[in-house]
Amino acid sequence: MSTVEITINKKTVRVPENITIMAAAKLNGISLPSLCHHPDQKVKANCRVCAVEVEGSKNLVASCSTMVSEGMKITTNSPRVRETVRTIVELILADHPQECLTCIRSGECELRQLAFKLGMKEVQGVKTVKRLPLDLSTPSLVRDPNKCIKCGRCAEVCHHVQEVGILYSHNRGLDIGVTPEYGKELKDVACVLCGQCVLACPVGAIYEKDDTDKVWEALGNPDKHVVVQVAPSVRVSIAEEFDQPSGSIATSKLVSALRLLGFDRVFDTDFAADLTIMEEGHELLQRLQTGGVLPLITSCSPGWIKYIEHFYPELLPHVSSCKSPQQMFGAMAKSYYAQISGIDPKDIFVVSVMPCTAKKYEAARPEMKDSGYRDVDAVLTTRELGRMFKHEGIDFNSLEDGEFDSPLGISTGAAAIFGVTGGVMEAALRTVYEVVTGQTLEKLEFTGVRGMAGVKASSVNLGGTEVKVAVAHGLAHAKQIMEAIAAGEADYTFIEVMCCPGGCIGGGGQPYGTTNAVREKRIQGLYEVDQKAELRKSHENPAIQKLYEDYLQAPLSPVSHKLLHTTYTNRCQHELQ
Amino acid sequence: MQAVVQEIVGQMGNEKAPLLQVLLAVQDASPRNYVSEEAVRAIARSMRVSRCRVYSTASFYTEISLKPRGRHLIRICGNAPCENAGRAAIMDAIQKELGIKAGEITADGLISLEKVSCLGACYKSPAIKVDHQIYGNLTPEEAVAIIRSLREEFSNEHNGSPVGI
Amino acid sequence: MSITDRQLVFNVEGREYVDLDLYRSRGGYEALEKVLAWDPRQAVHMLKEAGLKGRGGASFPTGLKIEMVRNNREKERYIIINADEGEPGTFKDRYIMTHLPFQLLEGVTIAAYLAGISQGILYVRHEYDEPRSVMRDSIAQAQAAGLLGDDILGSGFNLHIELFSGAGSYLCGEETALLSSIEGRKGRPQVKPPYPTQQGLWGKPTLINNVETLSNIPKIIEKGALWYRNLGTNDSPGTKLISLSGDIQFRGLVEVPFGTSFRDIVYKYGGGPKPGRKVKAVNIGGASGVLVPEEMLDVPLEYGACSRAGITIGSGAVFVLDDTRSILDNVSNRINFFLHESCGKCTPCREGLRQAQIIMEKLLEGRAVMKDVENLERYTRVMQNASFCGLGQAAGNSVISSLHYYDQEYRGQCVDGDCLYGEESA
Repeated sequence: MSTVEITINKKTVRVPENITIMAAAKLNGISLPSLCHHPDQKVKANCRVCAVEVEGSKNLVASCSTMVSEGMKITTNSPRVRETVRTIVELILADHPQECLTCIRSGECELRQLAFKLGMKEVQGVKTVKRLPLDLSTPSLVRDPNKCIKCGRCAEVCHHVQEVGILYSHNRGLDIGVTPEYGKELKDVACVLCGQCVLACPVGAIYEKDDTDKVWEALGNPDKHVVVQVAPSVRVSIAEEFDQPSGSIATSKLVSALRLLGFDRVFDTDFAADLTIMEEGHELLQRLQTGGVLPLITSCSPGWIKYIEHFYPELLPHVSSCKSPQQMFGAMAKSYYAQISGIDPKDIFVVSVMPCTAKKYEAARPEMKDSGYRDVDAVLTTRELGRMFKHEGIDFNSLEDGEFDSPLGISTGAAAIFGVTGGVMEAALRTVYEVVTGQTLEKLEFTGVRGMAGVKASSVNLGGTEVKVAVAHGLAHAKQIMEAIAAGEADYTFIEVMCCPGGCIGGGGQPYGTTNAVREKRIQGLYEVDQKAELRKSHENPAIQKLYEDYLQAPLSPVSHKLLHTTYTNRCQHELQ
Repeated sequence: MQAVVQEIVGQMGNEKAPLLQVLLAVQDASPRNYVSEEAVRAIARSMRVSRCRVYSTASFYTEISLKPRGRHLIRICGNAPCENAGRAAIMDAIQKELGIKAGEITADGLISLEKVSCLGACYKSPAIKVDHQIYGNLTPEEAVAIIRSLREEFSNEHNGSPVGI
Repeated sequence: MSITDRQLVFNVEGREYVDLDLYRSRGGYEALEKVLAWDPRQAVHMLKEAGLKGRGGASFPTGLKIEMVRNNREKERYIIINADEGEPGTFKDRYIMTHLPFQLLEGVTIAAYLAGISQGILYVRHEYDEPRSVMRDSIAQAQAAGLLGDDILGSGFNLHIELFSGAGSYLCGEETALLSSIEGRKGRPQVKPPYPTQQGLWGKPTLINNVETLSNIPKIIEKGALWYRNLGTNDSPGTKLISLSGDIQFRGLVEVPFGTSFRDIVYKYGGGPKPGRKVKAVNIGGASGVLVPEEMLDVPLEYGACSRAGITIGSGAVFVLDDTRSILDNVSNRINFFLHESCGKCTPCREGLRQAQIIMEKLLEGRAVMKDVENLERYTRVMQNASFCGLGQAAGNSVISSLHYYDQEYRGQCVDGDCLYGEESA
C-alpha cells in the first residue's frame, strides 16, 4: 500500500494515500465532527462541520471530501477551525427545534451529541424554526420536516440503495426541503415504508410511528391475553440497545426481558417462519408440478411486497401467496392457539417485535384478518422494544436466561436465518430438497446464497434436476431481477427478495447505527444461532408437525389457504424509475 | 397531456432528452406558462425517471413555474443597479396598475408579476421584461403605459372577452 | 468617445452588429483557417504565451485548460460555452452574443479544434432571449457557410454546437452546477476533484469557458501572443470588458486594457459621477465583489494588484454609488440576492445568509445592536471560510469589505453604536 507523509497539527505522520483527511485524522486519534457523512454513502460535504485548515488553501476545506496528498499540512485545532465549526453548529441549531428532551431521537441524535461535544452554550442567531405539519399519514413512519438538517442522507438511501426515489431535496435556498414531490404525504406516493431513511437520518426528522402506548395499554388490561412474537433478526440486534457488541446473540435474555414486561406468553416468529417454509416450499413444488407461474418469488418482506405492488404489478402472479411469518403467526395465534389454550380469540392481543417499519403497515392491511380477527394487533420495532425495556428499568445484560413458551415458541435453525439475506432461500431448499428427493441433505449450508453481494445467483440439484435460484436484497437489486423477469431474461425457478440491505437484520426498525459493517456482524450472529440449533430443517419442527396433524391437515390445505395465504393489490400509479 | 409531452420528449431524444429543456418546452406549450402536476407525471413516464426527480429539478429553477401563471409575465429586475435607478417606484406603479403584488396573478389571469434576480440590462436600469422583451431606462409612467398596451392588445385580439383562470 | 486609438480585441465602441459577411470582410475566420493548418500544439503554445486567462471570474489559464482536455485519453469530449451570465451588473456576454456572435463562434471552434472536441453546448441563461435567438441564427449561418458542423473549411474537423437554455439560476454559472443542470438535475455544485477537464459532462473530459474568454482567441491567433501581451500588463495581458453601471455619466460596456486604473475606468471611460455628486463607493466584480471607497480607485485593473488590494475583478462589473447612496442598502440588496440564489445545499451559505438577512433588516430599521454587527461579521467570515462553493464563499464580500471601509454606517444604525449618523436613524 502506498503512503503519503502529511502533518496533522504539527505532527508528521504517514498515512495511506487515497484516503480523506477525515479518515487520516481518525487513524491518528482525532475524530473530526460530521453530520452529513455516513460510512455507507457517497461523500456529500454539505454540512461543513468537518472543516479544517490546509496550508496553502485560502479557505478551510471539508475533511470528508478532501483527499490527503504528499506534504499536506493540516490543522484541526486552530481558533479559526474552532470558530468555524462552532458557528456552523450554531447556525444549524438556530433553525432546529430545541425539543431534545421530548424528541424520540434524543440521546442518539448525532446533532445533539455534536452540540454536547462542542459544549455549545448559546445560540446567538435568531431562531428561525417554522412549524411545518408532521406527516403522520402512514402506520409506519413519521416525518418531521422541522427537524430536518438537509444533509441528504435519507434521499440517498431512498434513491440509490432502494431506488424507490420518493424522498428528494426540492426547491432551493431557504425553501429547500427533503420531501416527496409537491410536499405530498408518504401515503400518497409510492413509499414502501422500509424505514431505511430512518436509519440514515442523523436527527429525529423521520422515525417510526411509536406504538408502545398501544402495547402498554394492552399489557395493563386484565381482560387481554397478550402474546408476543419476536422476529428472527431481533435476537441479534436488541443487545445493541444495551451497549453490547453488534451481532451479540441475546435470545434468552430477550425472552426474560419480555416476560418482565408482562406478556402472558412469549412466542417466536421463528415458529411461523418454519410454517412459512412448509407452505411456500409446497407452493413451489406445486407450481413446478402443475406448470404454474415461475419463477416463484418470496413474500416475507412487506416493503418488498409494497414495492412490487407499486412498480411491477404485472409480476404479482410470481409472488408466493403465503403470508409473511408475522401474519401467519397472528393467524395461528387467533385460531389454533386460541383453540388449544381455550382462550376466546377476541381476548387475544398479538404483539410482534420486528426489525421493520413496513411490518406496521403490513399488520394494518385490511385483508390481514382471515380468522375473523386482526392477525396482529400491534407491531413494535426493535428500537421501540428497547425503549420499553429502558422505561421499565430492565437491566437487560444481567438478566437470567429464559425460554420461549410452547408450542408457538418452538423453532429450527432454518427459521432463524430468515433474518438474513438468502436465509429464506436456504431454509426452503433444505426442506424442498428432502421432500423432493426423499433423501437426507448432507450439507445444510447453501453458501452460494449467503453474503452481502446484492444479487446472488446459484443452482441446486434437486433429484437430478438443476434448479436455478436467485437472491436479492435492497430494492435496487430487486429491481435488477424484476427488469430481467419482465424482459424474459430470468430463467430462475425460485427467487428470494428482501427489501432491506442484508435482509431483516438490516431493517429500518433496527437500532440506530445500522451500517453495513454492523449488518455483517448480525449476519454472523444468526448463522451462529442456526449452527447451534438442535433442529435445522423446518419440516423437522415437532410443533409444526403437530400443527398440521391437529389443525391444518397439510400444507396448502383449504384451512391453510384460508388462514395462511393472501392476495395482493395493484398499486401502480405509473411510477417509474 | 401525455401526447403533448411525448412529442416534445420524442423530438429531444426520448430517454436521453435534456430534462431542463423538456421542462422549458412543456412550460412554453402551456398557455398559463407553467408545468402542471399532470405534465410532471407525463415527463416522468416519457423519460423513465421518477416523478420526484422531475419535480425536484423543476422546483429548483426560478424560470420554471409549478403553479399556473398569467398569460403574460412581467418580470421586474431586482439587482442593485436597478434598485438604485428607481426599481421601487416602477414596482409600486405596476403593482398599483395591476392591483396585485409581486408573485401574484391578475384576477383575469392575464398577467403575472414576478421579481427576478438580474436581467443583465444594468446599462439601461431600471429594467423590466415583458414576456421576451426587455424595457429599460423606465419611468413609472412608461411602465404603466406598457401594461395598458398589453391589455389593449389582448382585448382587441379577444374582442374584450374575459380571459378566465 | 474614443479613449484609445489602439486596436483592441473587441472594439465595442461602434456598438454595431457584426454579421457574418462583415465579420469575414474584417478578417474574421482567418484565424481558424490558420489554426487548421497548424499543429494544434503550436496554437496552444501561443495561447499560453499570450497569457490568456478565464474571464468568467476564476482566471484560470486558458491554454493550460485546453491542454488538459487535449491530453486526456478519453476521446469523447465536450466543450461548453458558459453564457450563464448572471452576475448582477454584468452584461458583457450579452453584448458579445448580440453584437459579435461570430467572433465567439470562431473562438469556440478554435478552442474545440485545439482540444480535439467535436461536440459543444452553448449554455445561455434563460433571461437572455435576444442573445439566445441571435446565437441560434448565427450557429445556423456558420453551419451553412461550412464554418461549423462536419468537415469545417474542408479540414475534416467536425464541431456540432447545441444551444441549451438555463432556467433561472445564478449558481449555474459555476462549472459543476452548470454540468448538473445540463444533465437534468438541480443546479447544485459538486465535489471537486474530479475537475470538469477530467470528468465533466456525462463523466467525459469537458472544456468549460466563458464567452469573453473564447472570443479573445481569434484575435490572439490573428495578431500573435506578443501583440496581445502588449495590450495589457505583464501580470495580466490583454484587455477586459467592463460593464459600467450605477451613478455614472456613461453606463454601458467598455473594453479596457489591463493595467488601467479603476479611477480611469470610472472617470475617463465612465465620465465620472453625475454633476454635483461625488463617488462614495465602487462595487467591483458584481454582487459577489467588494465595495471600495474613492481613495482605492488608483489600484490598476490587474489580477495581481487587485488581489493584493483585496479586490476581485470577477466578471468585470463596475457599479458606482454616489454620495446620496446608503452602503447598507446596497449590502442588503446583495445579501437578498444571494439568499435567493443559494442552492441551499451547504449549511454556512444557507443558514449564514438567512441570519445575515435578518441582521441587515434590523440594521436598516435601526433596531440592531453592535453584537448583531459582530455576529454578522462572524457569520460572513464562516461563510467565506467554509461554504461548499464560490457562491457562499463570495456572498459575504459585500459585508466584509463594507465593514472594513464603511463601519461607521453600521455603527450609525445600531442603538448602541457611537452614533455618527445616530440622528438619522433615531
